[in-house]
This record gives sequence, C-alpha cells and structure tokens, in this order.
Amino acid sequence: MEWFMWFTKFDHTQPLVLVILVVLFVGISYYVYGSSARGKRIESHKNMIFSDDDDKR
Amino acid sequence: MSSVAAASPYALGADRAAAGVEEYNFDIVKKFTIMTLVWAVVGMSVGVYIASELAWPFLNFGIPYIEFGRFRPVHTTSVILGFGGSALFATSYYIVQRTCQARLISDFAASFTFWGWQACVILADASYMMGHTTSREYAEMEWPLALLILVVWVVYMNLFIGTIMRRKQPHIYVANWFYLAFILAVAILHVFNHLAIPVSMFSMKSYSLFSGVQDAMTQWWYGHNMVGFYLTAAFLGMMYYFVPKQAGRPIYSYRLSIVHFWALAFMYMWVGAHHLHWTALPDWTSTLAATFSILLLMPSWGGMINGIMTLSGAWDKLRTDPVMRFMIVALSFYGMSTFEGPMMALKEVNALSHYTNWTVGHVHSGALGWVAMISFGSLYHLIPKLWNTRLYSVRLAAVHFWLATIGIVLYIVAMWISGITQGLMWRAYDQFGNLQYSFIESVAAIHPFYVMRMIGGVFFLSGVLVMVFNVTMTILQGKREERQALAAGGLAGAGV
Repeated sequence: MEWFMWFTKFDHTQPLVLVILVVLFVGISYYVYGSSARGKRIESHKNMIFSDDDDKR
Repeated sequence: MSSVAAASPYALGADRAAAGVEEYNFDIVKKFTIMTLVWAVVGMSVGVYIASELAWPFLNFGIPYIEFGRFRPVHTTSVILGFGGSALFATSYYIVQRTCQARLISDFAASFTFWGWQACVILADASYMMGHTTSREYAEMEWPLALLILVVWVVYMNLFIGTIMRRKQPHIYVANWFYLAFILAVAILHVFNHLAIPVSMFSMKSYSLFSGVQDAMTQWWYGHNMVGFYLTAAFLGMMYYFVPKQAGRPIYSYRLSIVHFWALAFMYMWVGAHHLHWTALPDWTSTLAATFSILLLMPSWGGMINGIMTLSGAWDKLRTDPVMRFMIVALSFYGMSTFEGPMMALKEVNALSHYTNWTVGHVHSGALGWVAMISFGSLYHLIPKLWNTRLYSVRLAAVHFWLATIGIVLYIVAMWISGITQGLMWRAYDQFGNLQYSFIESVAAIHPFYVMRMIGGVFFLSGVLVMVFNVTMTILQGKREERQALAAGGLAGAGV
C-alpha cells in the first residue's frame, strides 16, 4: 500500500487532478467539435423536444 | 407538431400516437406546480417582512419566533427548498417524461417525494422559528430533518434515473443531464455537510463532525455548490427545455450545451473556498478557488449565449410574448450574476465586498433575476399545457414581468450602493490611523437603502400575487372547458 501514500500529498494530487481534468475536457471538446459528421449527428438531438408536441394524457 | 419535429428522427410512432391512455404522470407535476406558487408567496412574504425588520427593527415586536435571526432561514428555506425545489421537482418530472417518452416508474414514489418534500420544508421552517438551527447557511436544518430530506432525495434520484432507464428515446436530452448532475451533486453535498453528532437520541441539537477551518471549508464547499448545482445547473435544465419550446425553435447549439454541461460539472466543485478569503484558510486554497471562479465565467457565458441565441431570427417574440421576455431576462441576469460572481471572488474585490450587502445583492440578482424569472417563464409555458387550456391573461403576465423586473432592479441597486458604502466606511482611516467611522454610523448611512430594498421586494411579491391570480383563473378556465367538452361529448353520444 506504499504507492497509495503518494496520493495523500497535495503536491502530487494537485497536478495530477489538473492533468486528468484538462485531458478529459480536451477529449470532450474534441469529441464534440472534432468531426463534422459527428457534429451533425449531435446537433440533430436538439430537435427531440419537438417530437412529443401532441398533448396526450 | 412543428416542421422541425416532422423531419426529426424522433417523430412519434403511430402506436404511441394512437394510445389514448394516460401516458404520463402529470398529476404529480400539477401538485408541485401549485406548491411552487404557494411557497413563492410564503417565502417572498417572509422575505419582505425580514427586509422591513432590518429597516424598522420595532417590527421584531420582541417575539422570538419572528425575530430576524429565526425568520431569515424561514425565508431562505421557503424560497430555495419550497419555491425552487417544488419548481425543480415539477419541471424535472415533466421534462424527463416528455423527453424520454416514458411515464415515471412509480406513482407511489412520486407522491412520496411530494408529501415528503413539503413536510421537510414545513418542519424545517417550524424548527427555525422554535430556535433549532445548525447555524450553517442554507443547511440550518437539524439532524432529524436532514435525514428526512436524504430519504426523500434518494427516492427522487431512484425515480428520475429509473425513468431515464425506461426511456423510449435512444438519446438522453441535455436538460436531463443537468437535472441528473443536480440530483447527484446535491445528494453528496447534503450528506457531507450534515455529518454531525447529535447530543442525544432525543435531542434536536447536534454538533458538526468537523471543526475550525475544516468546518468552514466543508460548509462553503456545500454552500457554493448548492448555488452551482441546485440554483444553476438544475435551472439550466429548465432553460434547455422551456426556452426552445417557448421560442418554437431548437436550442442554438447542442454541441455548446454539452461543453457547457461538462465545463460546469468540472469547475464548480473547486470554487467554494472563495467564500473564505482572508480567513484562516491556507492561501493556496483561496487562490485556487478564485482561479476556478474566473474560469467559470467562460462556460457560464457560453450557456447564456446558447440560450439567448436560440431566439436568433425571432427577436420580435420579445415584443409580443411576455413569457419569452421572462426567459431572456432570466438569461441576462444569469450572465450578469456569473460575471459579478467571479469578480467578487477576486481577493482584492472580496476585501471590499465581503460581509457587506453587496453579497446580498449578488445573491438576489441570481435568485430573483435568474432562478425566479426562469421559473416564472417556464411555469407560464407549462401551466396551460397541464390544464389543457390557454393562459387566462397574457396582459397580466406582462404586468407581472414589469413588476418583477422593477423589483429586482430596485433591490440589487439598493444592495450595491449600501454594500459598497459599508465596505468603504469600514476600511476608512483618519489621519491618526484610527477607524474613521463607528459601525453604527455605517448602519445609519445605509438605512435608506434598506427601505429601498424592501420596496423592491414589495414590487417582486406583487408580481407573484398577480401570477397566482392569473394561474388560478387559468386552472379554473381549464377545468370549465374540460367539463364543457365532457358535456358536449355526452350529448353527442346520446344523439342529441
């Protein structure tokens, strides 16, 4: 469990968390804006709220 | 169905369209909608009263139950948990059913969340008036009530996630993501900030598990994330559904909404410590919180622009549709508050603003301008749909809009001026290095602004009363039309 102690120091975890978050955020941004075909597919979801316009009870 | 929807891959199947059965649980949405308005009247009336107590202290009347210290959490709990909470339950249950095209998984659980939540708010208010409090801001309820809230919340989470899992749509609409983040984050925040040891099994009194600066840190990690996930993310869920619906056009950019969501989710958790600048908190923690607060400006404004640009090409709706006006003004206040917040999180600005009425003004530009206005706009859209009718009076909605807007402006301008006055007077020194003003001189200086704030509150409350009248008439009109339709159907069936 010695390796686990490495995570208990702020000097280690601060840059680690920063790297994780930046990589995740860049990854999400790339996923969203990286491909025009994927972008069109993602954008098509915005119409789904109009697919249920009939007032049904 | 709109032309947009007709081309959508999400168009309804004939089997579902043919189903005449009660497809969604709208009863629970109606109940929460009505209680939203009830709590708006209660919470904002108490707000006006405590504002009056600050202006004219004789209004405390020496009655402990209604003294400012006890009545203030009654106001905050009634508006945040009562009004805001009921609005979020109502809209989340409505949106999750309509976007997933699935009924809530349990009517009993839905009813449990309704009665449980109302009981939580009523009991919390009563306990504050009796003098029971943890003294933690926005988390004043003592341990038995905190446990009750936890039970209700777990049932709510189960109901919401279960309904998403039973969805008939392949995609989970972005509004549900915001609601999910809100439900999950509030559960975590609530549990950790209420970790306490009761004095005894049968005592309301408890003491926090944390002490000293850790206690303060936990409290403000909770406090600011309640702002971030409860008062922001959840109401953004409301915005991402009702703004496009009311505008009759889809959200400006769905991709931007995804980036908006993840950026908020990543960043909000880090900023709570900006409430503790210039305290015993380590300096790096304070700086980290200020840095993330500045970073938050970008996703917040991205979301605001996304909402406002939804109206691109249809700006005329702002002239003709007061409901749209509520929503766009709400987004404008969202943008303004999320600019002011990071600015106040800077240590230098905070040195002037902290402990003053500027903070109160900032909170209310968010709470009244963003939270309440987006809720009003959403409810004006939702209520006619729930009762299958049209809004009783569009003109009264416009009157409400102007009363609310004037009220907010009076309120926040009064608090800005008095807050900066306080900050400047407290830090003024004379030529001998002594404080130039006594504390009571700063109180006397801001008295006119306390009166101005109270007047702003009266305007805002008046608007709510107009809305209550308008909504009541709308519901009565819907019921009357339903009876007439039934009677006409009966006559037609009888061949008359």
